[in-house]
Amino acid sequence: MAEITLNALAHSYSENPSKAEDYAIREMSHVWEQGGAFALLGPSGCGKSTLLNIISGLLKPSDGEVLFDGKRVNELKPEERNIAQVFQFPVVYDTMTVFDNLAFPLRNIGVPAHKVTSKVHEIAEILELSDQLKRKAKGLSADQKQKVSMGRGLVRDDVSAILFDEPLTVIDPQLKWKLRRKLKQIHEQFNITMVYVTHDQLEASTFADKIAVMYNGQIVQFGSPRELFENPAHTFVGYFIGSPGMNFFEAVVQIDAQDNANIIFGEHEISIQETMLEQIKKMGCEKVTLGIRPEFVHVWDGKNDDAYQVEVDYVEDLGTYKILSFIFNGQTMKARLSEDQKVPSGQIFVSFPEQWTKVYVNEYLVEPSTTASTSAHKEVEHAN
Amino acid sequence: MQTKVENNKAWFLVLPVFIIVAFSAIIPLMTVVNYSVQDIFDQNTSYFVGVEWFKQVMLDSRLHDALIRQFIFSFTILLIEIPLGIGVALMMPTKGRSASLCLILVALPLLIPWNVVGTIWQIFGREDIGLFGAFMSFIGVDYNYASNPIDAWSTVVLMDVWHWTPLVALLCYSGLRAIPEMYYQAARIDRASRWAVFRYIQLPKLTSVLIIGVLLRFMDSFMIYTEPFVLTGGGPGSSTTFLSQALVQQAIGQFDLGPAAAFSLVYFLIILLVCWVFYTTIMNNQKDK
Repeated sequence: MAEITLNALAHSYSENPSKAEDYAIREMSHVWEQGGAFALLGPSGCGKSTLLNIISGLLKPSDGEVLFDGKRVNELKPEERNIAQVFQFPVVYDTMTVFDNLAFPLRNIGVPAHKVTSKVHEIAEILELSDQLKRKAKGLSADQKQKVSMGRGLVRDDVSAILFDEPLTVIDPQLKWKLRRKLKQIHEQFNITMVYVTHDQLEASTFADKIAVMYNGQIVQFGSPRELFENPAHTFVGYFIGSPGMNFFEAVVQIDAQDNANIIFGEHEISIQETMLEQIKKMGCEKVTLGIRPEFVHVWDGKNDDAYQVEVDYVEDLGTYKILSFIFNGQTMKARLSEDQKVPSGQIFVSFPEQWTKVYVNEYLVEPSTTASTSAHKEVEHAN
Repeated sequence: MQTKVENNKAWFLVLPVFIIVAFSAIIPLMTVVNYSVQDIFDQNTSYFVGVEWFKQVMLDSRLHDALIRQFIFSFTILLIEIPLGIGVALMMPTKGRSASLCLILVALPLLIPWNVVGTIWQIFGREDIGLFGAFMSFIGVDYNYASNPIDAWSTVVLMDVWHWTPLVALLCYSGLRAIPEMYYQAARIDRASRWAVFRYIQLPKLTSVLIIGVLLRFMDSFMIYTEPFVLTGGGPGSSTTFLSQALVQQAIGQFDLGPAAAFSLVYFLIILLVCWVFYTTIMNNQKDK
């Protein structure tokens, strides 16, 4: 059992990294708590696998340290770290039987034969491989092979964390779902820390309690699937999570004669939460990026004076719901229509609920800080 | 369902290959078959003798000896070259300049023609002007391939090992490079020993290249001619006279075309048979797994 801590970790594949782009992992600190089921989500090439290989010890980080339960393990080899790793493509020892495959890690550390047998049978039972034990591993199907490689991690009593590197890539869609459930079940049964690397948000959110979203060599947000959806901390999270991703648009901050900040998008003033406005004013930025999820865009059935008039571009029917694309101030945005909503056309009215309109400066979310909100309240009271 | 359009014109495209194969293999082979069943005196006089020549060849003790020598030789060099080739491949660097340099150095012997290899070793092994021969006599070993059958034998084996181990090594090297890094990583996490990595990852993944390696080396060594011919002409005595040399002596030396043709066919069938048995055994073994 282990809590995995990454402390000021950075890694570069080039020998003399000079600029930020040279780093596959940019300096980061992160904690994976003991016993959790985590997903590491990000696009291809964002450094997920690099990070995983650093945790397992297959790769030595250029800077910073990796701690298991507070103990530095940088110098430990993978075989000394008590972790198991499941790779993208199933790795089995072709010439061995399934039984020998599962027994291999135990035999390597000199576990007595009777213990090996009972342990292998126990794990095979859980993985539903019992009737395959005598078969050669070579003839197994991809999902069975992947179960065998997972099983090699599970047979060891000393394994404190299992790392999965996109383990379901080569598995058939129907079996993917089954195998993912199996993983979840194993997690509940064994209380092992599991880190699951994937680029599929659905896979991540069904497997993990908490998801770390990785972008450009950094973890930009770590939170529950709901948090990632409702409160993306970075524009990338908004864009990457959800389908379709968040709508983003650039808006200008104008300070009027009464020293009030207004957010202007084209000819329209976008209303956002008061606390947020205060924060933006304090930060003194002239431009902000606003983001709203298509799910939260309100589409009015009729004319509404508080809403913005936009032009319908097209409507996509995705079966259970429809995605409306509309043009607002020259920019295409999307809204999700529920099944029973009437399909709009021509000029329609939409509004952005303040609560769901997020503000980003330099790609990061502007949090309405508590101090800002209290001071804002005070000012309001004062004005009254 | 769509019906297939029959287009027999496609066969014309195969015709050139068929003609080439006919001229390069089938027609010459048929000539040999023709010789093997006839006694030919001159262009117009020939007698059909049936399997007479085959009987004679099968009972020829000189050929029996050559055949036994041939098998011993082929198995000896396989026993040396295959493990040695794997070993060399395992030790070769995988990345960078040193990898390319190593590849060139290892491949060098393969570029040298057979008779040159024979000549190189013939001179190399001489006591008076050869480095190897002089060295052997310097350390007090009585080495003389011209008079001692064992020395002649070991020189021919050494020559073949020097010439052809690189082929096995290069085949294995390419086989090893094709193993995904993940296998090694998984093995490290499973705490496999170096030997276990070799036994359960590298060797199984090398099977297919090794089959090709063994087949090529068996066929080639079974037909060895030039090297022993250049070195000692099959001697001392007939200690390094292998099958092809026995065949050449019969066909060109004595001009016994009938028996030589029968002998050629038997020779050809032996190679075919051994390769077939080897290949099917290995393949059946693979299927069970």
